[in-house]
Amino acid sequence: MSAKIKKYAGERIKTADLRAGKVPVVRWRPKVRYAWSTGIAMSRFLKELKNGKIIARKCHKCNRIVVPPRMYCEMCFRPTDEWVYVKDSGIINTYSISYLAADATRTDKPTVVAVIEIDGASKGIGIVHIIGEAKPKDVTFGMKVKAVWKPPKERTGAITDIKYFKPVEV
Amino acid sequence: MLREVAVVGLGCTGCRPTTPGLSYKEIMFEAATRAFEDAGVDPRCDIDNFITCAEDYWEGFSIFDEFVPDQLGAVLRQLFTVTADGLFGLATAYMLIRTGEFDTVAVEAHSKASDILTFADIVAFALDPIFNRPLGGHPFYIAGLEMNRYLHETGASREACAHVVAKNRKNALSNAYAAHGANITVEDVLESEQLFYPLSRLDISPLADGCMVLVLASDKVAGKLTDTPIWVRGVGWNSDTPWLETRDWGRSVDTELAAKMAYKVAGIRNPQKEIDLAEIDDRFSYKELQNLEALQLCRRGEAGKLTEEGATERDGSIPINPSGGLLGVGYTLEASGLQKALEIVLQLRGEAGKRQVPDAETGLAQVWRGIPTASGAVAILSNRSRGAT
Ligand SMILES: [Zn+2]
Repeated sequence: MSAKIKKYAGERIKTADLRAGKVPVVRWRPKVRYAWSTGIAMSRFLKELKNGKIIARKCHKCNRIVVPPRMYCEMCFRPTDEWVYVKDSGIINTYSISYLAADATRTDKPTVVAVIEIDGASKGIGIVHIIGEAKPKDVTFGMKVKAVWKPPKERTGAITDIKYFKPVEV
Repeated sequence: MLREVAVVGLGCTGCRPTTPGLSYKEIMFEAATRAFEDAGVDPRCDIDNFITCAEDYWEGFSIFDEFVPDQLGAVLRQLFTVTADGLFGLATAYMLIRTGEFDTVAVEAHSKASDILTFADIVAFALDPIFNRPLGGHPFYIAGLEMNRYLHETGASREACAHVVAKNRKNALSNAYAAHGANITVEDVLESEQLFYPLSRLDISPLADGCMVLVLASDKVAGKLTDTPIWVRGVGWNSDTPWLETRDWGRSVDTELAAKMAYKVAGIRNPQKEIDLAEIDDRFSYKELQNLEALQLCRRGEAGKLTEEGATERDGSIPINPSGGLLGVGYTLEASGLQKALEIVLQLRGEAGKRQVPDAETGLAQVWRGIPTASGAVAILSNRSRGAT
């Protein structure tokens, strides 16, 4: 309580009252829809995914090759200089095994999510994707993986044109 | 002795009705590089703090704050978001510098309104969910309610509102960064489709995409960066109650109080005499009249008559919205206020080209946060420092 106000409005609500629908609420579902312009960097990246390729941008000042590509180098703060194709393979930087679906329900089949340092891009730079064709317990740091693409006809120019990355034998 | 604060750099993209070829990040990079070049600073080491002004629902991201460092040069540096119009960001930058802890602060605001597919629904989502939203309809009826009461109380004419539109759209023709310049007449406005009586289609500012960045600096470094520092002499802001049911519909009380605060900080006693030009909120035509009065740039009930007499034209006694205002430049969401500040800076530097207002020393920028808010901000800028006057 404050010094000036001795009693605030309100009363204790019991769980039973909530369950019985005795506590009024107002429901609303907003209509919010967007169509983001992908711009120069993202549209080229998505177009190349449709072709089964991963493209990056290179900054001639710091010589970093960054993927996903952007038209400016965030470290040098200048425009990036050229398009560079990188490989559709890489190594696992870090990973997690997720046992929950997006709606927080438990799934029988856990999903392995990983940050994959892409071959041809600068050290520490890569993309986030799913690891498939591997038992979660076998996934490890530095593991070599390669993209498994959807068939060309099914690709839409989206990050999901790559179904997942799978371990490659070395 | 508190430090003085100046605008030392500005950059903007052109405002355009739509920019499908560029992402919001690429637009921000364009404006930011121009501003840093104009200020002669390297954002990677010379900017002490970055402020971006953005509202998640305009962007379509939760916690949009996270998506801005790269394209502003702010990676691994000091950055935060002000969820309000860019003029609130400018006021925040002013305060940061006055603390003495920051010498240079960059303020960014942008609009990618063309990416929003359900603009009216998002505005409606800002209405009270219990009392107002269930009534349905396009939320711009709120502007109709305010315009009707304002005209009723002040006796300003419907034609005066149309005059504002014709003037601002014409001013925008001399502004390369304006999206909606046009030669239209008072009659065109009056005859345009009635949408929210007494408001017609041409009374409403059309949306535009664009990005604005301003660089502010303390008096300690401003002189080293530029020969034409534009001093921030005062800032003010204010919010009225959100209740549509109890608002004063005939006047903009929050603007009156924000102006009082800014005038007090700036030491301005007679705004009509001391303000040479102003960029004020004209999201709907009548707002320019209502705001003129709220800012004490004329007496209550006089704005309509003054406008019809031409006093607010670029060569009039009190030029209002020489840039074309939101009616002519376009309504750029949270960048609207920063666009107004940017125009005042250009004018006070003498860099406004064809639309230059001669001999201007002190200018005012004012913005309203739009429907359904009753919040606004004011900034007073001058090419003369406090010590010089
Ligand atoms: Zn670089």
